[in-house]
This record gives sequence, structure tokens and C-alpha cells, in this order.
Amino acid sequence: MSEINREAVAHLARLAHIEMTDAELDRMAGELDVIVDSIKSVQEAAGDDVPATSHPIPLTNVFREDVVGETLTNEQALSGAPDSADGRFKVPAILDEE
Amino acid sequence: MTAVTDEILSFDEAMEKYDPVLGFEVHVELNTKTKMFSAAPNIFGDEPNTAISPVDLGLPGVLPVVNKAAVEYSIMIGLALNCKIAESCFFARKNYFYPDTPKNFQTSQYEDPICYDGYLDIELEDGEVFRVEIERAHMEEDAGKLTHMGGATGRIQGAEYSLVDYNRAGVPLVEIVTKPIVGAGSRAPELAKAYVAAIREIVKNLGVSDARMERGNVRCDANVSLMPKGTSTFGTRSETKNVNSLRSVERAVRFEIQRHAAVLDSGAKVTQETRHWHEDTRTTTSGRPKSDADDYRYFPEPDLVPVVTTPEWIEELRSRLPEPPAERRKKLKAAWGYSDAEFRDVLNAGVMDAIEETIAAGASAAVARKWWMGEISRRAKEAEVDPVDVGVTPELVVELDKLVQAGKINDKLARQVLDGVLAGEGTPEEVIAKRGLAVVSDDGPLLEAIDAALAAQPDVAEKIRGGKVQAAGAIVGGVMKATRGQADAGRVRELIFERLGVQG
Amino acid sequence: MTELIRNSAARLAELLAAKEVSSVEVTQAHLDRIAEVDGSVNAFLHVNTEEALAVAADVDKARAAGEDLPVLAGVPIAIKDLIVTVGQPTTAGSKILEGWMSPYDATVIKKIRAAKMPMLGKTNLDEFAMGSSTEHSAYGPTRNPWDLDRIPGGSGGGSAAAVAAFEAPLALGTDTGGSIRQPASVTGSVGVKPTYGGVSRYGAIAMASSLDQIGPVSRTVLDSALLHEVIGGHDPHDSTSLTDPVGALAEAARNGDVRGLRIGVVRELQGEGYDAGVQERFDESLELLRGAGAEIVEVSCPNFRYALGAYYLIMPSEASSNLAKFDGVRYGQRVLPTDGPLTIERVMGATRAAGFGDEVKRRIILGTYALSAGYYDAYYGSAQKVRTLVQRDFDAAFAQADVLISPTAPTTAFKLGEKLDDPLAMYLNDVATIPANLAGVPGISVPGGLADGLPVGIQFLAPAREDARLYRVGHVLESLLEEKWGGPLLAQVPDLSASTAETMSGAN
Ligand SMILES: [Mg+2]
Ligand SMILES: [Zn+2]
Repeated sequence: MSEINREAVAHLARLAHIEMTDAELDRMAGELDVIVDSIKSVQEAAGDDVPATSHPIPLTNVFREDVVGETLTNEQALSGAPDSADGRFKVPAILDEE
Repeated sequence: MTAVTDEILSFDEAMEKYDPVLGFEVHVELNTKTKMFSAAPNIFGDEPNTAISPVDLGLPGVLPVVNKAAVEYSIMIGLALNCKIAESCFFARKNYFYPDTPKNFQTSQYEDPICYDGYLDIELEDGEVFRVEIERAHMEEDAGKLTHMGGATGRIQGAEYSLVDYNRAGVPLVEIVTKPIVGAGSRAPELAKAYVAAIREIVKNLGVSDARMERGNVRCDANVSLMPKGTSTFGTRSETKNVNSLRSVERAVRFEIQRHAAVLDSGAKVTQETRHWHEDTRTTTSGRPKSDADDYRYFPEPDLVPVVTTPEWIEELRSRLPEPPAERRKKLKAAWGYSDAEFRDVLNAGVMDAIEETIAAGASAAVARKWWMGEISRRAKEAEVDPVDVGVTPELVVELDKLVQAGKINDKLARQVLDGVLAGEGTPEEVIAKRGLAVVSDDGPLLEAIDAALAAQPDVAEKIRGGKVQAAGAIVGGVMKATRGQADAGRVRELIFERLGVQG
Repeated sequence: MTELIRNSAARLAELLAAKEVSSVEVTQAHLDRIAEVDGSVNAFLHVNTEEALAVAADVDKARAAGEDLPVLAGVPIAIKDLIVTVGQPTTAGSKILEGWMSPYDATVIKKIRAAKMPMLGKTNLDEFAMGSSTEHSAYGPTRNPWDLDRIPGGSGGGSAAAVAAFEAPLALGTDTGGSIRQPASVTGSVGVKPTYGGVSRYGAIAMASSLDQIGPVSRTVLDSALLHEVIGGHDPHDSTSLTDPVGALAEAARNGDVRGLRIGVVRELQGEGYDAGVQERFDESLELLRGAGAEIVEVSCPNFRYALGAYYLIMPSEASSNLAKFDGVRYGQRVLPTDGPLTIERVMGATRAAGFGDEVKRRIILGTYALSAGYYDAYYGSAQKVRTLVQRDFDAAFAQADVLISPTAPTTAFKLGEKLDDPLAMYLNDVATIPANLAGVPGISVPGGLADGLPVGIQFLAPAREDARLYRVGHVLESLLEEKWGGPLLAQVPDLSASTAETMSGAN
């Protein structure tokens, strides 16, 4: 067994903002454990001298000129909103301050 | 109001025992035409949720594209801060959930900032120069704006719900981070203010930001920690957010030094946490302790490609830099003919730009200084804000001055006109009309008032007739009182002498 | 009009150009077919009847007026429901986006509109494209037209099944680890993953940004080439979009020739784990290609054995971040917590708990884990290094061969539900397709025949930006096999209209 237990999954679920029941946490911990065990061999594959690749086709300096383009109307912006008021998106109280 | 529970030590006592270590993260909003990663306009104060594209709303499927001007402005800021410019850098995602952050991650820079290892020489009020080292200046995007509704004070605590406007989401930011600033001692609060003022001046001078703190164009997070005197290990720091005026920066740093000192004196440990500055109580309150929720899971932004700079590009940008603020100050001082003391006062009051704009709008250097250092500064002190935040525009100063020059009002009335304008009663002309403030220039009513005043004080009248012209002041005062200040004092004086047949 | 729907897109374009049929007739025939068989196939999540017919009528009018029209004007197409469209709902196969209407079009949709192709509707997929069987759709699984009890592959099972069931001549798919090629393989259709950056991703709901690519789904190699030419090309809205011109892909398909072509058999993408039937069809194809003048060489890509692991770290990592935006604040469903205080944090938690299915949650948690403090270097960092090694393997292989060949998937279509409770077994379906996504190189799957009555796919891979080679070699193999079979493989697909009723009763 690796380090993925219920507590670890609970922490990850909090970070990912997904509520989970205890049963879900247990099941997820078991599944992740198996998955991580099967993929952690990647750690042996490459040494320190191998650079990381984050883009499959390397490009650089892709820029946009500073020219105003199309915008959404307020109606378009709010068209999919679960709740809104005064032209703005409405959300329940925020408890945790950033 | 915010409950004040923290003990504080007097500043002097704190300074006897501890050395403060400061650190600043200053966010500068760039004034590009469009946003950092979308072509939506970067404008202030538009109707909510209209200055946005699908990208700024984080709609499914959208992708960012970097604004070239924002990159160039960032490099220019780096150059002005004596930074090195990265040969290659990339964007990263900072993952955290918050409703003002449309994608629930902020596109920022992490490992590789575009600018790093710089410094800024800060001149304090008495001319002492203090070098602040810059760790990095990186590019990122601003968040939307939350308005908390239903609570008592518009604050987040107690609010029933919040409204989100994403117009500001995606506005380009440069975050300037200092290295720990050691050795400022008791001048730490002063240095804090001067540092932020210097950053503001630099970015404004570069033309890359409107740099208006009251609009949040320049925002400061201040880190404070203390070391017992004679030691050199940094203490635990607090990060005070929401310090958005120069005056607040100074006060917040001072308060945190006093608070930390009290905590350490009591034998307790300082908590590493975010604090919030409250201008009303001039205190900070505890925000959120550092927690495991602060795991931002940074990784390279896969939707963007690296930015690579060339020496030619950097030199081209360097050639665009305007003259540095110090040089500009020297020039302005000479042009305006202010004395050393006068000019330093202007700088300390933070009104140099305001004076420059006022002169540009048509006032003389003397008149501009008189207003900004006089009446406007007085009001600022009363309201405990910076003079530029009083609400007086350079144009208003010029307008008032014109009315005084034309003899329509005097200085005293001008202050009342200003009251009216600031109270929203309309233009100066409208206020004059509504409040009936015009100087009484028709000699008829004045002569009546003069006669009455002379008759009421025959002994004074006699003195004046006898050549004691300075005694006329008492009669002028009587006339001014009778006309409720609306008379032109100079004209009253002339008329008194005329009446009594003496030479003024 | 049954015969009409059996035409390839290229043939339909000819018939339309010659005014032998109208676009309204062609479009209506496909709509009729959808009405007839989609109750059992479930390839479509939304059928766009009105707009499709209106576009078709416009094309007919323009043609009657003698206007110059794009090649595929009037040829209908189905759109994977991961791609945002104005006027049609976009769900990504997820409950969290149920009923959502995009206020903007994806770049490929703008191109489809400019090409005047009527959009028949949106096709089913594994939720947020996460899966290899289309069983992870919140709107029920799509069924394989070859056997309605079997999976159509995934995540683009809807697009592949729609094409294989003659509900659409063309479809758009997206391919992050094989989601175009593997469904093509198990449905006997053709699917292409273009070079990364060859087709704009703007408007494709992102799963893993550095791996995702939109591509064509069709019944013939030429049709994919024609569609690829429509959707390809530079897009300033996508920073990873290549500036290269699309190239003459249809011409490459038409002039297919393998004489002197070096075809590299990837040693690591065959043998153990590959069904015997799959291996047989694969060997047969090799023989045919050799017979047509190709030089068959063996290449080794030793690091491919780490590819699956790297993929299952990079993909969930990027996905965990890409899917953070689905929080019930700006769009989509919002679910309130059933008890306790009503705060936005709890609303986000409840919305994402109710809105995402198990596989999506699994990948989000896995990705969150791989990126979290203390694990980044070991997992995400190592995976990105493997990516470098996989690219080096490709470089070495392409030094020896012009194109590479392998089976597209290790097995034929498995039964619905068979691997649903075994994520690892499910992940293995993509073992042969994933290396291309890690390295950004293009790949195609073409039908290679049947094993036990089920289609087998043959995959070709080419160096980045050499997509034309795929069409050249793909068309040759297709011709050789069709000659052998006496017609297209899909001519052998069971008659769905007959089997619909009985199979439906047995459906679970
Ligand atoms: Mg910060
Ligand atoms: Zn920042």
C-alpha cells in the first residue's frame, strides 16, 4: 500500500472542492492506491539530465497585439448563470477569506 | 467596526527591543488597452460584466493569448527597477478556488519571473537614501470584483450573499516583490510609505499604469517581522493585505511592529497569517492562518508558450524609458521656482503630480501650490486621507482660481464654493448662484454698510481721519460681518478711505 | 434514401456539386436515419434538425444561384459534444453542464459554418472526454453499431458510432490519449489525431491542454483528409496553434503510394496484451503493405512502456486544473448542500460532488495529488521527463522509418460494463495511442478487418507536421483491404434498423 489513505483523499477532495462521503473516500483511496502503484514507475525512467517537456511542439513568443476585440454583452455573460442580480453573478456568502 | 483585541507596545519601546524586517508585494495594474490574456478592453468603472470576453469569464473551451504590450510594460518596469530580464520565462497556474477567479486558478509566474534581482534607491524625507532590493517582478492577471451584500458594513463578515463583476478579471498585473528589508530600524514605517510612493511614481512616470491607489491600480501587501535587537534570525512574519494608500502603508507597518512587539514581549509566538488593515480603527485584524489549503499546485500553464527575450528587444524597450523620476523632480522644481523646503513639502504631501496637472490646466505654479498645500491639504488632514483623495481635481482648482482672479469671489468664499462642489451641489458657478455667495461688488450696499459701521464706531473713524490707516481694519471687519463675508475686503478698504477723505 | 446515407462525404460532395441531389435531401436522409436508429445507438445527445435543414437550404439556394461553394458545402456533419456551439447545447457529457448554451463558437465550428456544412447535432462522449468506452457519459452509454451490447470506444464513441451507423458521413472528435483513434478502431471507421497545434483547440472543452487535439472522424481516409483541410490551420485564439499551412491532405490521400516507403513496426506496441485476432489482422495488413512495395522495418521505442504512467499523471494533473472552473458560479448547474451553512465553498463542493461522475472525480483527485506539495517532482515532474524520452524514441524511430505502424487498440470492442469497475483495465485500451499525444505527433486509425466479427483498427503515426503521410499510407491500406473484402468494411455492419427492436429489449 502506498501513502494514499482516506485522510489523504479527504485533503485532496478539499483542495479540489468536491464533497465526498466517508464511503466515497474509502473507495477512492483504494482505487487511487492501485492506480498510483501502477504508474509510479515513471520515477525510475528518467535521470536528472533529462529535461522536462511541457509542450509537445515547442513554440515561443506567441503574442497578441494590444487591440480591443469582441466582447460579450451583459446578457450573454449572465445567460448561463445559476443566479444573478444587478448585472452580476450572485453567490452565497463567502466565509473563507483569501 | 472591527473589534480590537490585540495588545500593542509603544513604538518607541518596540524599537528599543526589536529590529523590524519588512517585505513588500506591490501589485501594479497595467494600463494596456486590453487584458493580459484576452482582447477585452482594460477599462475602469464600466457597467458590470461588459468589459469581458469568453476568456475573462473562464467559459468552457476558452484559451488565453498573451498581450505583447503587457509583456513589454513588465520588462520596462523591470528595467526601471534595475532588474535582470529573464532570457526565457513561462507562465504558471496558481490553483485555488475563489468566486472572483473565473477559472479557479490564476495565471501567474512562479519559478521563472520575467524580471529578477533588482534594486531601488529610496530617498527618505530628510534626504537619506535607503536601498531596497527587488527579488522579482512577475506578470499575472487580476481577479474580478466582489461586492458583499446584506451585511451591516459591506464587509465580507455577516454578508448574506456576494455579487461578482468580472470586468477587472484578467487585467494585467505586475507583482513586484522585495527581498527582506533589514536595517530600517525606527524608520521602517516611513521607508514603507516612501517605497510604495516610489513604485507608484516609477510606473506612472513610465506611463505603464495609471497608478491611482484609490482605484486599486497600485496595491500593497506588507510583510512585517521582528528580530530581538542584536540577533539576525528573522522572526515569524505577518502579511497585511488591503493597504491601499500611502498613509495606510506607513500606519499598517507601524501598527504591526507594535503588535508583534507586544506578542513577543508577552513570551508568545507570532502567528504566520494574513492580516487585514482597517483604516477606520487603524488596526489590523487576523485573517486566515497559513493552512494546507495554501497548496497552490503550481505547474507550467500548458495553454501558453514560453516568453523569450533578446538583447535587441530589451534595448529597444530601454530606449523607450522616460527620464527617471529623480531627474524629473529636479526639472519640475526649477521650472516652478519653489524653494527646497517648499518642494520637499510638496513631495511629502504627495501632490507633485497634482500640481503639475493643475499648472497644465492653466494655473500658475504659485496658485497651484497655494491650493494643494493649503486648503486641500487642510481638508485631507481633517478627513485623514491623502490630498489627492479629497476629491478636488486640477480643473476645479483652476476654475476656482479664475473666479477669484475675476473678483467674483474672494478666497474665503472660494472655500465655501469648494464645500458646495464637494457636497455635490453642482459646478462652482451653480454653487455661487444657489448659495448666493457672489462678492458684493455694487458699491451702493457697501457704502450703506460702511456708513453704518463708521457711525457705530465714531472713535475709530476719528483715528482714521487722523491718519491711522491701520485702524481701518475694525471698520472693514464690521462691514464684512454685515455683508456675511460677501464683500470684497480690498474694495471696502478703498471706499472707507474715500468716504473719510484720506489717502489709503 | 437508404443508399444516399451510405455514400462517403467525398461522393456526396460530388453528387451535390453535380446537382444530382440537394443538401436538404442529404441532410434530411441523415436526420431520418438518426430518428430510425439512434434510439438504440444513442450516438446523439442533441439533434439540430432546424438549423441543419436551414443551412442545407441555404447551400441549395446558393448552388442554384451558381455561387462558388466550398468543397464540402452541404455535406452534413456531427459534432462531439465537447466542442462549444452557439445555438445547440454543449454538455461535455456531464450533468454539471446540463442545458448550458455557449455564447460563443469554437474556432472549428466557425470553420464548419464557413464551409457551409449542416451540423446534425452533438454526439455522446465519456464525461469531459474521460474514458475509453463512452460508458462514463451522464446521458447513458453509446452502443457499438457492430454489436449493440458492446462499447463504441471512447471518449468519442458517439462520433464514431454515428459515422459507423450511417447517421452522419462525417464527425468531429477530440483525441487526448486516443479518443478519436480507439473508437474508430472498434467501430470500423477512420479517425485522425492531427499534429498537436494543427487544429485550433479554441472552444474544445479542455481535458489536458498539452495533449488535446480536435480531429476528423469518417468512413474513408479521403473524407478525413477533406474534413482535416476544413478545420486545420492557424488560429490566433490558440497560443499553441501552428502557423504552418494545412497542406494538401486530400491530394495526399488521392495519390496514395507506399512504394519505397519505410514503415516501422513498433516492437513495444504489439505482442503481449494484444488479442490474437487483432495481431492477425495487423500482420495481414503488414503483408499487404509489403506486397504494395513498402519496406517494413522494426523499430524499438523502449520508453513507451512508461508512456501510460506518464499519461495518467500529466492528463489528470492538467484536467484537475482545467475542470476547476466548473463550480456553479458562472454557468452550469448549481447544487446546494442539503444541510449545514450555505456558503459558496460548500455550494462549490456540493455542485462538483453532484455534477461530476466517478471517473471525473477519480482523475481530478489523482491530478490534485500529482501536483500537490511534496509530490510534484516525483509525479508530474517525472512524467514530463518521460515525455522527453518518448519524443526521443519517436525521433530515433522516425530516423529509421517514414511512418510507424501498430494496432490502434489491443482488443476489439468489449462488452458494456465489462471494465467499468476496473479503471486500470480501462486505461490499458489507450496503450498504443497515448505515445502520439505525449509527443504531439499525428496518428490515424483505419479499419483493418474483423476479428470474431468485430472491427480491428490499424494505426499509422507520422512525424509532427507530416500529417499528409498518414493520408498517403492510410489510403493505400484502405484500398488494398477493400479490394480484398470487395467493398468497405462498414458494408458488413449489421442492419441496425432490423435489429433495433430486439436488442433494445435486452439492453441493460
Ligand atoms: Mg502574492
Ligand atoms: Zn499576485
